[in-house]
Amino acid sequence: MNHSPPSIASSPSGRSCSKSSGLLLPGLLWTTVFCLLPIAVVLAVSLATRGTYGGVLWEFSLDNYRDLLHPLYGRIFGQSLLLAGAATGLCLVLGFPLAYYIARLPPRRQALWLVLIMIPFWTNFLVRTYAWMFILRTEGLLNTVLIQLHLISAPLDLLYSNQAVLLGLVYGYLPFMVLPLYAAIERIDPALIEAAWDLYADRWSLFRRVLIPLTKPGIVAGCVLVFIPSLGAYLTPDLLGGARSMMVGNLIQHEYLVARDWPLGSALSIVLMLIVMSSLLWYFAAQPPQARERGEP
Amino acid sequence: MADLSIDMRALVKCHGATLAVDHVSLQITRGEFFSLLGPSGAGKTSLLRMLAGFETPDAGDILIDGRSMAGVPPNRRPVNLVFQSYALFPHMTVAENVAFGLEMQRLPRGEIAKRVGATLDLVQLQDKRDRVPDRLSGGEQQRVALARALVNRPAVVLLDEPLAALDQQLRQQMQAELKTIQAQVGLTFVCVTHHQEEALALSDRLAVMQQGRVMQVGRPEDLYEHPENLFVARFVGVSNEVSGTLVDVQAGEGTLLPSDVSVSRGIRVSVPAGLQSGAQAVMTVRPERVRIAPGHVADAGLNCLHGVVETMQYIGSEWQGAVRIGPSVRWTIRASNAASGSRPVAIGAPVSLQWNASDGVVLPVI
Repeated sequence: MNHSPPSIASSPSGRSCSKSSGLLLPGLLWTTVFCLLPIAVVLAVSLATRGTYGGVLWEFSLDNYRDLLHPLYGRIFGQSLLLAGAATGLCLVLGFPLAYYIARLPPRRQALWLVLIMIPFWTNFLVRTYAWMFILRTEGLLNTVLIQLHLISAPLDLLYSNQAVLLGLVYGYLPFMVLPLYAAIERIDPALIEAAWDLYADRWSLFRRVLIPLTKPGIVAGCVLVFIPSLGAYLTPDLLGGARSMMVGNLIQHEYLVARDWPLGSALSIVLMLIVMSSLLWYFAAQPPQARERGEP
Repeated sequence: MADLSIDMRALVKCHGATLAVDHVSLQITRGEFFSLLGPSGAGKTSLLRMLAGFETPDAGDILIDGRSMAGVPPNRRPVNLVFQSYALFPHMTVAENVAFGLEMQRLPRGEIAKRVGATLDLVQLQDKRDRVPDRLSGGEQQRVALARALVNRPAVVLLDEPLAALDQQLRQQMQAELKTIQAQVGLTFVCVTHHQEEALALSDRLAVMQQGRVMQVGRPEDLYEHPENLFVARFVGVSNEVSGTLVDVQAGEGTLLPSDVSVSRGIRVSVPAGLQSGAQAVMTVRPERVRIAPGHVADAGLNCLHGVVETMQYIGSEWQGAVRIGPSVRWTIRASNAASGSRPVAIGAPVSLQWNASDGVVLPVI
């Protein structure tokens, strides 16, 4: 047995405090070296100037950020936000009924469904995206089937479009929406749903007045978990969107590796990071509804 | 009957292989406080959930105000349920919780505000109207749950173990309050409980249930004074019993020859119609009708059994104890503490238990 268990629990002394803060050290070190320092480097580069042959000249300038005001970049940012927003919305609309259905099943069947939802993760995301290319391309599975069924006469132009990117994003990130929603819905006391029903609520009122407010933390968590990776998506727009659909992720890659404009790529990265951080702030603002009190002085 | 609020006709409900509700027919009058009393698994909650519409009967029909409820979903029924867990919406204030049902019925705003205010006055929660349920005590939450049902002025208010979550003192206070409120609003209340004192105190009439069947329906005093079977005698109140054979049955009078206690002569009893001489029967008598006399004495006018005091507990208002009268028979006795705090009889002392023949109830063996 421990010889002095009460001293840890009861003493407010600095010793136990410094002991526990010591536990933070490895994580702190990791975060500093692999997260904060690289961000600092990116920030520094974004404020430097591009060399004639692609190097970085350490001359302070805000030109990179000024360049971002160019309508071309604005359009790509706008398109990215739109696609990520649409993907998030679609995931929410598709995910909520699914999560609700699973949460209301008997516990054993719930586990089965959760495994089914997670099975796609066992295969590499790149491979799964290639699979979508095979399905969507001109002579792909979908077009072949539709033509065989005489529903269409000429193949549809499905791949390399914003719609294909949207499909890929929804496909890839739907589980991130379903899981937090499931966790939130599963926690609702079934008696609350019965109470609403008993008090004359129809399905829509039940959903709007009871389910949404009670699952709000789960909704926000799911939205953030889908929106952030969708906004920074690189692989999906690259493979399914091709040249016709560019998102910020592809633009950054282009600036770094093709245009060899590291400062501009860094500036783009910083702006993307700011957008992500603001959506995280929304997430934290929505999270703790505990001990809410209204009408109290 | 024009004044019928609820008419249950041969209701049957199976849960898997078990018959949860077994051909139950009950009529409940408008404005009545009716309780369904029984141990857990008696089917009373199933019955309540069928009234609310959360469960569908496998056979039979429910009429509320003369209208069949077959195929009517819970949100279209003129009933409101007070949940055992209260099921208050945690994201709404007290007033918002109470207004919910009226808003769902799309009543005009002014009307909603007026009725919510009046109902909060009724349950004395006007000063807590802007609190969220988490900030209320158990008793206050109970009253919000009640107000949320009453405000809709339903044909029937259903209560599922309404006081079970409260502690003893609050329970008694809420009991009185519930009864007062019911009398004020004049609505039909149907209450499910396993707590017999609560059911007796609250109800105008009650049904005692066991294994899906109604064992007896009646006013509290009917059930207590004239139980129709041993289950009711034992479940409602304390039952002191001797079993034996009936002899000399004539004109509603007879003698019970006990088989499990030894007596010098038989026990004189009133015999209900249907029991003949030679029948096996059980006589039951309530503890407060039994007089304790020290020593083994006899009284010509009263029935008398001899025994030995086994336990005697002082509970303030009275003494409660047990007297062994046979190898396998123990009776519960009560002695008033009206005179003094001193022990009426010592443990181990021989006593005589005496009671009027008319206070005993003879029932067939189960």
